[in-house]
Amino acid sequence: MVVSEPMTRMGPILCTRGLQMRYGQGTGLVRALDGVDLQVAPGETVAVMGPSGSGKSTLLHLLGGLDRPSAGEVWLGGRRIDGLSERALSRLRRQHIGFVFQSFHLLEELTAAENVELPALLAGQSPRTARRRAVELLERVGLADRAGHLPSELSGGQRQRVAIARALSNQPLVVLADEPTGNLDSAATVEVLRLLDHLRAAGQTFVIVTHDARVGATADRLLTMRDGVLVEETRLTRGGNGQLAALAGLEG
Amino acid sequence: MGEPGKEAPSGYQLRVVQEVLLALLVKEASHGYELYARLQLALGPLAEALKESQVYVTLNRLEKAGLVSAERVGQTSGQERKVYALTAAGRERVMTWLDDVSWPKPAPAEFHLKLVAAATAGLADPVRLVDAQRHALLAGLAAAQRAGLAEPSESLSGLLLEGVVLRLQADLQWLEACARYWTSRREL
Repeated sequence: MVVSEPMTRMGPILCTRGLQMRYGQGTGLVRALDGVDLQVAPGETVAVMGPSGSGKSTLLHLLGGLDRPSAGEVWLGGRRIDGLSERALSRLRRQHIGFVFQSFHLLEELTAAENVELPALLAGQSPRTARRRAVELLERVGLADRAGHLPSELSGGQRQRVAIARALSNQPLVVLADEPTGNLDSAATVEVLRLLDHLRAAGQTFVIVTHDARVGATADRLLTMRDGVLVEETRLTRGGNGQLAALAGLEG
Repeated sequence: MGEPGKEAPSGYQLRVVQEVLLALLVKEASHGYELYARLQLALGPLAEALKESQVYVTLNRLEKAGLVSAERVGQTSGQERKVYALTAAGRERVMTWLDDVSWPKPAPAEFHLKLVAAATAGLADPVRLVDAQRHALLAGLAAAQRAGLAEPSESLSGLLLEGVVLRLQADLQWLEACARYWTSRREL
């Protein structure tokens, strides 16, 4: 693992080493993360599953520079980020990380297009460039015809797709998603799954924390977390209709 | 869809293929390849688990059992020229099948007892066994979901894949309950 050099195509885009997060002390000490080593390759979608309280949201917060670890390292794009100043971290988040949340976090007063262009504007893009990018992204998530709508005029699935478009605004190195289908019904979940699968195929890097097995199943690699440690890893390969046939009951 | 000439994974065959073929003949007599095309449509990407030759083997068997009758049409020889029709006995078999409510059984008992045995004998951590099993099912779920997402919405075979996904989801929920139970026992 080469982490001290600038980002190379082959190296991980995001990685952690011995990541720990502790709260409280003495008998009240909680080890939310207890030594997590994670490597995410460029273009890879990694899903982290685990029961509530297993530490998966904490991990996502540390990956996104929303929190600082008690010990260990976080590297993004070949740069160590866990020790950055608050100001540098917030710039890094704005420019290189996309966030997708369970409850969408869209600004209700702004239209879909305005929500999507906001990160580009905050990153210093010209209004024209930002708008062009927003229109392009809304097209990509299949909502070009909803650009002028307020979030309240959109369905849950559409809102989450706007939020995903917004997360892509600055061409982030990685998109971090926390229970992206947690607030969606089954049909809207499929809408978002289709989009995630599409973006994954297009080479976007994702780390997704989820309870939802269907979301986990869109990943290239699936990790299970228990008690602050990664305990199980599976690479989800394509193909395998033989296995499918067995699952469907088409077996001898 | 099953590409012609592509070898299906060996060992799989449609369990209920006999009754299905009989039922497809209720409305009208058909060629074997027509029956196979119907099955392909219903199974989508899973159709490659079913060889066309299997359909003919089954039809032969049904003919010998007196459940279908076969009539050769045209000059050319070979099974492709045969038209199959349902006999009275075949029709009766279809009706019995339609009324049958037996259901492929999920089998949680074996896994449940595996966890109990592993814990009792101190052979393995049940929670780890659950995690490994979860990942195996998730891999299956991923395969079914990908195949499903690749189908146009409202497709016939997409419906089958949805059935696979939903059953795996139910199994995964049960495994979560297993994990909770055995995690709490571990902490005692």
